[in-house]
Amino acid sequence: MQFFAELFGSYWADVQLVVWTLIKIVAIVLPLMIGVAYLTLAERKVIGFMQVRIGPNRVGYFGLLQPLADGLKLLFKEIILPTASNKALFFIGPVLAIAPAFAAWAVIPFDATLVLANVDAGLLYILAMTSVAVYGVIIAGWASNSKYAFLGALRSAAQIVSYEIAMGFTLVGVLMCANSLNLGNIVMGQEGGFWHWYFLPLFPLFVVYFISAVAETNRAPFDVAEGESEIVAGFHVEYSGMAFAVFFLAEYANMMLVSMLAALMFLGGWLSPVPFLPDSILWLLAKVAFLLFLFLWFRATFPRYRYDQIMRLGWKVFIPITLVWIVVVGAMMQTQWAYLFH
Amino acid sequence: MLNSIKNTLGSLMLVEMLKGMALTGRYFFAKKITIQYPEERTPQSNRFRGLHALRRYPNGEERCIACKLCEAVCPAMAITIESDQREDGTRRTTRYDIDLTKCIFCGFCEESCPVDSIVETRIFDYHGEQRGDLIYTKQMLLEVGDKYEAQIAEDRAQDKVYR
Repeated sequence: MQFFAELFGSYWADVQLVVWTLIKIVAIVLPLMIGVAYLTLAERKVIGFMQVRIGPNRVGYFGLLQPLADGLKLLFKEIILPTASNKALFFIGPVLAIAPAFAAWAVIPFDATLVLANVDAGLLYILAMTSVAVYGVIIAGWASNSKYAFLGALRSAAQIVSYEIAMGFTLVGVLMCANSLNLGNIVMGQEGGFWHWYFLPLFPLFVVYFISAVAETNRAPFDVAEGESEIVAGFHVEYSGMAFAVFFLAEYANMMLVSMLAALMFLGGWLSPVPFLPDSILWLLAKVAFLLFLFLWFRATFPRYRYDQIMRLGWKVFIPITLVWIVVVGAMMQTQWAYLFH
Repeated sequence: MLNSIKNTLGSLMLVEMLKGMALTGRYFFAKKITIQYPEERTPQSNRFRGLHALRRYPNGEERCIACKLCEAVCPAMAITIESDQREDGTRRTTRYDIDLTKCIFCGFCEESCPVDSIVETRIFDYHGEQRGDLIYTKQMLLEVGDKYEAQIAEDRAQDKVYR
């Protein structure tokens, strides 16, 4: 330690900060990666169970090593570079898809004190990050120079743009209740048992938010960007091996991110549902796990939406609902019932 | 009018979505029907049509008399037979090949056989590792028959009343 301190001289404090931050980043990203890996297994298991099958159970007890085997397989596969593709963009695509999905986790509070960057405009940062993710899909679809990939990218772009509006409006409702863009403060505003959580006064917004989140992450029944029965695999049809796996990781990391956001903003984050139990990160994980289970449940239940129906739902149903409810919330806040929303 | 209000309310309340999720939710806890193949197997009929076999009489004499009815009836033309006179004067096959890559497992050969020589067994999980491995010769077919004669005979006995 002494040696390094002398080596860096006056920069020692900066170096310490950088190293310490890097350690914290690894401490967030590593469990996230493992979570993503086991989410894929959970998905296969849950959907299997709902189809009266048992899902993968050959690699390890209860199939627990399956994600590892899948990852290894993809690592050793060749990454095929289509001749007609734009080489640079072809590789930037997956990077742009996964980087925002992980970067957004920087401002997620896991506990009252456990947060990497306690940014005041945390929610805004997350919205910005999730919006960048769509570029990964568009660039991948464009660079592949394949008609299926291009169609998938177009669909994905239109869909994400449409649903981001509804999603943004639902967050406005939360902001009105919490009076803060800081995720930690939003959670603390819901203190005092589950009847103080925002999903009760903002129930329509919560439902709209979650359905929009499913659409944002291109998950079934809104998975027209992949639409394997229509356009093969959509935007990542030309990707193989690890490049494909990166898209896969990004999709699941995004699922976890939007579930985490829903848990923080509507379900009281790490707060316990009843006052006599202690608040803990375990509550947060349980809420996220439940929301992720809903994602898988949706996929096992609903057939894919037709594309024009998706657009109709986004523009003609969700946006009016959120607008009306924001007005209702705003009006109610001027009356004696304002305490309901705080 | 009333109906359309009811429908709009219903879709806003996601009634049918929740019904669908209740259904899949129930199946989530249902008993799983997966049969884990190498350890567990589905029940088979005694008329199962799998890998072919050539049978022998209990005294060890091969049943086939080279009548070539199976070769004639085979719709996939998977059977090739050549015959010659044996020293004791009986007609026997010198070659009896079944190309299992052509065979469609229709069972006509078995039905056409006047002496119950060519039969189809219950074996369905066999494989070849090289080209030509799935062209079964007379010797291979006789070996299959010798190995599984007990099962073959039992299946034929059970099915006899319906023939």
